[in-house]
Amino acid sequence: MSHKAHIPIGPYHPLQEEPEFYKLVVEGEKVVDVDVRIGWNHRGIEKLSEAKTFDQSIFLVERICGICSSSHPITCVQAIEDLGGIKVPDRALYIRSIVQELERLHSHMLWAGLAGHFLGYNTVFMWGWKYREPICDIMETVTGNRQNYAMLKVGGVRRDIEKEHITYILSRLDEFIRHLDMLRGAILDDPVLHARLKGVGILTKERAIDYAALGPTARASGYDIDVRRDHPYAAYDRIKWKVITQEAGDVFAKVVVRIMEMYESVSIIRQCLDKLPNGPIDSNPKDIPPGEGIGQAEAPRGECFHYVKSDGTNSPVRHKVRAPTYMNFPTFRETVIGQSVSDATIILAAIDPCYCCTERMLIVDDKDKEILNVQELIRLSQEKTMKLKEKMGYK
Amino acid sequence: MKIDDVLQSMQDKFGSKIIKVERKNEKRAYVDIYPKDVVLLTKYIFKELGFRFAIATAVDDFDAIEVLYHFADDPSGFIVSLRAIIREKEDPRIETITGVTKSAWWIEREMHELFGIHFDGNTDLRPLLLPDDWPTGVYPLRKNFIVPKRDSRKS
Amino acid sequence: MGFKEKILSKSIYAFHLSSGSCNNCDIEFLDALTPRYDLERFGIVMVGSVKHADVLICTGSTNRLCVPRIKKLYEMMPKPGFVVAWGACGSSRGVFKDSYNTGAPLDEIIPVDIYIPGCPPKPEAIIAGLKKLTEKITAPKKE
Repeated sequence: MSHKAHIPIGPYHPLQEEPEFYKLVVEGEKVVDVDVRIGWNHRGIEKLSEAKTFDQSIFLVERICGICSSSHPITCVQAIEDLGGIKVPDRALYIRSIVQELERLHSHMLWAGLAGHFLGYNTVFMWGWKYREPICDIMETVTGNRQNYAMLKVGGVRRDIEKEHITYILSRLDEFIRHLDMLRGAILDDPVLHARLKGVGILTKERAIDYAALGPTARASGYDIDVRRDHPYAAYDRIKWKVITQEAGDVFAKVVVRIMEMYESVSIIRQCLDKLPNGPIDSNPKDIPPGEGIGQAEAPRGECFHYVKSDGTNSPVRHKVRAPTYMNFPTFRETVIGQSVSDATIILAAIDPCYCCTERMLIVDDKDKEILNVQELIRLSQEKTMKLKEKMGYK
Repeated sequence: MKIDDVLQSMQDKFGSKIIKVERKNEKRAYVDIYPKDVVLLTKYIFKELGFRFAIATAVDDFDAIEVLYHFADDPSGFIVSLRAIIREKEDPRIETITGVTKSAWWIEREMHELFGIHFDGNTDLRPLLLPDDWPTGVYPLRKNFIVPKRDSRKS
Repeated sequence: MGFKEKILSKSIYAFHLSSGSCNNCDIEFLDALTPRYDLERFGIVMVGSVKHADVLICTGSTNRLCVPRIKKLYEMMPKPGFVVAWGACGSSRGVFKDSYNTGAPLDEIIPVDIYIPGCPPKPEAIIAGLKKLTEKITAPKKE
């Protein structure tokens, strides 16, 4: 007996009743097929960028995704700098690294909260989001806004980090690390989570390479790639840090990679603040010559890739934007087939889909049989955790 | 492996199939090829050299359509982009590379619906991003598709 | 001010609707429900079905695919119901107004009661905005 179940992503925007976008075909308890149809967040940014000047398109790409709000501007700016051979002063490179790592911290903490919610650990959700507030406060102090930072420009950064901010940043990072230690203990040492997440949704290294998976999704499968080390940009080649990888490729490995990356990020920020050189923050380029350029950056979800082509005028002729989730998404099909339907939400959450970067899917109405909407699927996931807890003797 | 060695090996192996090589800097190179050789060269770069497929880009050049395939060599830190120029703008066709790598699955669908490029051999060219009621034959990212500027207070 | 409005203003059930947003506004809205800002102490609760909602919080720049759904969801919301346009995109489509995939501004699709501008608006702004909404709901009707 098979019935069609339809899965949306994002528990916080259920728009109901529509034709399929994301279809899971389920037989009994197991998922046998997955189909994807996206387009709900397609805002035509590449076309819009052709009508804007280079400076304006940086503000445009910032709004591709709220969570990777500095990754797309860094990539865009680097593509234009690659095009024109524009140099960036050292102080600006360090500031770029600091902003990018702060963004990684807040993104991974946000993800930890959401994953906790999917599994039924609502306290993890509340704590995760509460303890990312120090990072948002640092961002507001340094850049002026909690989310869309507007820090990047071609040839440097827009705002400097003042001396008095550095003590503030370091004290709030200490606060963050204490909470991170607590969350790490709660998440990584929990036997129920081990039972729930280990062996679930495995992506093998060969598949990760074939699908060109990126970011923590790839690194959790032993595919050792990281743009910060491989194609160094900003100040990453001037400080010591390590790339976190795991071998298992399951959801638990992805959790471990993200949590350990947060520790590395804090270490990178501390080193950058310590080594911050004096000097200008902007090289003030005047013209963008004709040509083409490519920029890459390691967003919290993987490599962001921008290609910019110019004909010497003030606007790009072509601006291609590729977000990391675009490459990671097809791996969902690979990892969910054969798994239980109650694991579908957590397997999807494990690739950390940035809905806005790529897309968002909605619930479907199936006239045949049961409709499982988002609430149902999350409830199934949370129930599975409860049953495991009871079986293992926890209440 | 250095970028110059890679470019040299491609020229040695494929000879006249390489139209032009532009080494922009030590991290970027653009190699012009014929559309009919795209599968051969992507197979070499992806399978034999072990590069990662970053993404493909289509560009409307007014009298032709370019398709660029960007491949990244992570151990060495550079990107080689293969450029195939399709002159038949009314019906641009090129062979699919989904047989070489599954990661090109979505981008070919996207290029098909936004530029009108047909990927021969790809059986799944359903629309990916545009609404179902989008008129056929209208390709938004082509240069002849002009979006009128709107007043933010009117629709 | 009717009886329903009085009750409604004491405890607003909000349904969050996103019509193609960058998720910044959505994250800030969810942030408002977390311990630091804690909307629930004002009686504001997020619901999963529009049939239980009093207020529709709309983010996003009205993607063409979403326009008929927005209308439908507004009709499904039990009346009296109110609409909050959250963020620059909700208010006027923001930077995406010239895109080929963006429809009409939100207030031409459904009637909007409160606009909260910002990109994204801070969670404090939503508390202020929802307070203005309760004032609007409980204000004596002009005859």
